[in-house]
Amino acid sequence: LQVCAFLLRSGFTEMVVNVRDALNQAMDEELERDERVFLLGEEVAQYDGAYKVSRGLWKKYGDKRIIDTPITEMGFAGIAVGAAFAGLRPICEFMTWNFSMQAIDQVINSAAKTYYMSAGAQPVPIVFRGPNGSSAGVAAQHSQCFAAWYGHCPGLKVVSPWNSEDARGLLKAAIRDDNPVVFLENELMYGVPFDLSEDVLQKDFVVPIGKAKVERRGTHITLVSHSRCVGFCLDAASVLAKEGVECEVVNLRTIRPLDVDTIEASVMKTGHLVTVEGGWPQYGVGAEICARVMEGPAFNYLDAPAVRVTGVDIPMPYAKILEDHSVPQIKDIIFSVKKVLNM
Amino acid sequence: RVLELTGCAASMVASSRSYADFTPEATFDIKKVDLHRLEEGPPLTATLTREEGLKYYRTMQTIRRMELKADQLYKQKIIRGFCHLYDGQEACAVGIEGGITLSDHLITAYRAHGYTLTRGGTVREIMAELTGRRGGIAKGKGGSMHMYTKNFYGGNGIVGAQVPLGAGVALACKYLGNDQLCVSLYGDGAANQGQIFETYNMSSLWKLPIIFICENNQYGMGTSVERSSASTEYYKRGDYIPGLRVDGMDVLCVREATKFAADHCRSGKGPILMELQTYRYHGHSMSDPGVSYRTREEIQEVRSKSDPISMLKDRMLSNNMASIEELKEIDIAVRKEIEDAAQFATTDPEPPLDDLCSHIFANDQPFEVRGATPWTKLTSTS
Repeated sequence: LQVCAFLLRSGFTEMVVNVRDALNQAMDEELERDERVFLLGEEVAQYDGAYKVSRGLWKKYGDKRIIDTPITEMGFAGIAVGAAFAGLRPICEFMTWNFSMQAIDQVINSAAKTYYMSAGAQPVPIVFRGPNGSSAGVAAQHSQCFAAWYGHCPGLKVVSPWNSEDARGLLKAAIRDDNPVVFLENELMYGVPFDLSEDVLQKDFVVPIGKAKVERRGTHITLVSHSRCVGFCLDAASVLAKEGVECEVVNLRTIRPLDVDTIEASVMKTGHLVTVEGGWPQYGVGAEICARVMEGPAFNYLDAPAVRVTGVDIPMPYAKILEDHSVPQIKDIIFSVKKVLNM
Repeated sequence: RVLELTGCAASMVASSRSYADFTPEATFDIKKVDLHRLEEGPPLTATLTREEGLKYYRTMQTIRRMELKADQLYKQKIIRGFCHLYDGQEACAVGIEGGITLSDHLITAYRAHGYTLTRGGTVREIMAELTGRRGGIAKGKGGSMHMYTKNFYGGNGIVGAQVPLGAGVALACKYLGNDQLCVSLYGDGAANQGQIFETYNMSSLWKLPIIFICENNQYGMGTSVERSSASTEYYKRGDYIPGLRVDGMDVLCVREATKFAADHCRSGKGPILMELQTYRYHGHSMSDPGVSYRTREEIQEVRSKSDPISMLKDRMLSNNMASIEELKEIDIAVRKEIEDAAQFATTDPEPPLDDLCSHIFANDQPFEVRGATPWTKLTSTS
């Protein structure tokens, strides 16, 4: 952050920041801004974070605000929620979202539902964050996408950033939000660099939760995606552009609440829809988007059925060739677009 | 407020009998407490003032009558769903509150009506919550298991989940440096939950100001302690955490133990664990008659030999700390309070349909909520 400030003062209006550093800077700024904010989780302090997302924070803020926990997710997630009850603003890290299953009762029954059950007496200003979805070679128990599971539950906000601007802005928004936010990162995106403009680097820059972003304008077909797959959609769009197909790429940014308005406006313009996600197809994010489009005004503008590109409906295998074929690839997106456009 | 009302009742009778007739305070022997990893325990005597005695009597009687009224209303189907009654255990809630202050924090499980009262709720708003009315303490949105007041975090439906939550509250107390503590309650049934052991570990590591309290009423639903627990010495289950086993039917025992535990926490020594040996007269909930796994004789024996309200009453009468008439007047006042509350709870209207989608998020813009059909669009308000 010192480097950022120096460069900004020196007239550099843009910076290249990878997703990891964007998350790190966001947490640093929010820790500084509000004394009630603190981070807890496994290895977040002295190890600098299992994926180095919290690098340097313990050195700067100390034991009180950056807390290493034992390997007891149910316990420390409950402790985090209780701290939120009593007026603090915890960031609870799950080393990966797979481990959140140990603690899912605390996320849903203690965090998500309490404001409602108490008729507004007890808000729960907590952020749960960590890497979600498939990684590389980590096999079945470490590769699940939880967007659909958490996206199912009222009382939660669920966000899934793609690039550094998303990561920075959404994490700041999540920490400032007075409600429980499930923050789904992606390990394979941590090291990916993006340009951040001067505006984005401001301390009060937030990305509003619940608003999707159109990353690429197009006229022939709408691609709706979240997290890492947004990048694949943009790559597919570049390839398709050479064949004269202009894709509109919508980056959801937020899973819940879903920005149906942006999706519908796009579909009403293009008449065609393909959703793209890393998670499993059944009862998934894409399924929800298609159902909403069916039930709303955009249906009448569809020239073809909406379809979903998803992870393959299997537990994630280990061998590289199998793993590569378990997740949506750019060629799958291109193939689906052409099918929907009847090319 | 309780003190106000008690003072009022007392002065009505005292006018016919000189105030100097009553013993202003007396000291009682209380049962020795079993200790785990502690050199010394709470004192073996407790001093009770007349005011305190009347206050504890009134509060315990209020809880008792409130729970019995809830039983009645449940059988009339005016209360529905879950209803876990606390009668028999009154000395726990009242004794604990006697050892802490309202600026301390408390969290418990679902047998929570008594605590909602001792933590500042009124009988009216508790009963109206049970009947699901807009005047309920949670506006009818929570029901029996989800009642909240300042520094009282419910009322929690998932067995054991409240314990780490309580440690989180304690963490906040330490973080904010406010010298407050959190009392985290659970039952003998919950005592075997893994997350409780996770909480013992973190609370001890981080020296959190938490008092773990196991209300051992001998039965987790229909399963006796012998059938659920390899070790029934719940006060020792915290292992490295010092523990006390206390007679939970004696409000003075509970109070002295709580004071002792609170001192321990506030001196920065970290967590401490209290097991309160208590008993519930009702079954686990209103759908459990409570006699398939224990005998009526057992219940009757506890009632006749260990009832917490009778114990306090006998102590006060035999030490001339109050008169029978005075206590009877308190009973009458309590009965009236409960009747009025029940009247309110049965006549107050149910929440408006607008409340369906309110209180989903705090401090948020209104947003659309999907109804039962795609055409039913509801609006959420904070």
